[in-house]
Amino acid sequence: MSNDACTQIRTFITTKFPDVTFSDEEDIFALGFVNSLFAMELVMFIEKAFGTRIPNEELHLGNFRSVSLMADLVARQTSAAVG
Amino acid sequence: MKAETRRGPADLAEVGRFVDLEIAPRANTFEREEWIPREVLSRVADLGLWAPFLPPEFDGEAMDMVTVGRVHEEIGRGCSGLRSLLTVHSMVSASVHRWGEPAQQEQWLRALARGEKLGAFCLTEPDHSGSDSTAEGTTAVRDQDGWILNGRKKWITGGQVADVFMVFATTGAGTSTFLVESDRPGVRVTPLPHVMGTTASMLAEIEFTDVRLEPTALLGPQGWAAGTVMTNALDLGRYSVACGSVGIIRAAIEACAAYTSVRSAGGVLLRDLPHVRQMMSGMVTARDAARLLCEKAGALKDAGDPATIMATWVAKYHASTSAVRIAGDAVQIHGANGFSPDYPVGRLYRDSKVTEVIEGSTQVQELTIAAEAYREVAQ
Ligand SMILES: Cc1cc2nc3c(=O)[nH]c(=O)nc-3n(C[C@H](O)[C@H](O)[C@H](O)COP(=O)(O)OP(=O)(O)OC[C@H]3O[C@@H](n4cnc5c(N)ncnc54)[C@H](O)[C@@H]3O)c2cc1C
Repeated sequence: MSNDACTQIRTFITTKFPDVTFSDEEDIFALGFVNSLFAMELVMFIEKAFGTRIPNEELHLGNFRSVSLMADLVARQTSAAVG
Repeated sequence: MKAETRRGPADLAEVGRFVDLEIAPRANTFEREEWIPREVLSRVADLGLWAPFLPPEFDGEAMDMVTVGRVHEEIGRGCSGLRSLLTVHSMVSASVHRWGEPAQQEQWLRALARGEKLGAFCLTEPDHSGSDSTAEGTTAVRDQDGWILNGRKKWITGGQVADVFMVFATTGAGTSTFLVESDRPGVRVTPLPHVMGTTASMLAEIEFTDVRLEPTALLGPQGWAAGTVMTNALDLGRYSVACGSVGIIRAAIEACAAYTSVRSAGGVLLRDLPHVRQMMSGMVTARDAARLLCEKAGALKDAGDPATIMATWVAKYHASTSAVRIAGDAVQIHGANGFSPDYPVGRLYRDSKVTEVIEGSTQVQELTIAAEAYREVAQ
């Protein structure tokens, strides 16, 4: 799940920003290309692609800094929905 | 209005009749008096149009966003001042639905859906660029009982009549959003008269002086994610303005078709002059193109697709710039009568210009949309 989520999230970001290179662990906010519009797109993408609604308490920068942290968020949300 | 007496949302034909009979004929009066009577706002409630996208559990109708857009188009065809009220009310209602805690939703959503409470959106400040979308001049400071709000907001659509303000303020954690009742001690509402466009939208400046708020006034996440609260609301506002601009174009076409069918110059009806035909063709084409772009943006919203954000920028850019050009053509076609309060086109011209300034000015849109072009090429 997590690998698959990483791939999907990475593909979404690189489709939007083809010039940017980054690892799954890297802080994408430090790279400077994430503006408020793209942040909203990221939230919407995760909610649609993984069929989840991210609750307010999970909507903080710490969960969106890197591809792998977003994949962890997805894993938590989807397991919470199942369990 | 009681829930049990409220009817479901009108179909589009009924909204069209409402606009034809009760709004369009009075829109110049609304503009001149800088006011939309309460009884008209109640009729909007009666038709279930304030926030029909809310789910039935909150007295909405779960109306899809494409249809919501068509409703805002219809209302915009009649009166952009009223459409502006719908725009900001929708932004507040959708935000409480998306980000509100269950208690906040219980407190507000049914009243917002029924139009018993009206919402206004308070971001812009007198001393800062609205395009920068900052809330630097408004602060909310935590104390043991909740928050203390201070600051000023300007150009607030519906500010004279709203019951609840969605206020962006700077907190320790960045920008945060608060729901503030308009009758709280320390809230002062000052009407903004004689504005050039959407004069009937009852604009106000709002001043907050040591306004005490309970902890539950905070809406949505704080810090970084508060930006998504703002972006999400502005995206819906942009969509509503785009659809309302289609309404302005339609009103211009209706006015010009009627006028040029009875007015002659040089012995021929204006409608038979080639340059009038050319302008009318441009109007029809722009209307259809703008509506298709709005429908695309609305369908992407219904699908929860993030592509809706850029599609909405594009729709609003095309619809608003077209509305300004076409309203100008409509005044030109009317000659001196275009300047007269006896015809609608002068009002359409004034109102259209507002759509190029709010919810992302034309210049800011050009930065955003052009950036997308460079991204696409780089792929
Ligand atoms: C009728 C009306 C109703 C409104 N209703 C509301 C409301 O309900 N709530 C609310 O919060 N606000 C409201 N506003 C305010 C509106 O959102 C702002 O006017 C808008 O954001 C633009 O900000 P500004 O007026 O400060 O212009 P500025 O941001 O000062 O812009 C001035 C000029 O500079 C250009 N510009 C700005 N930044 C850039 C850039 N980076 N690159 C190139 N050009 C740039 C703009 O396009 C514009 O031409 C309303 C305004 C009007 C006129």
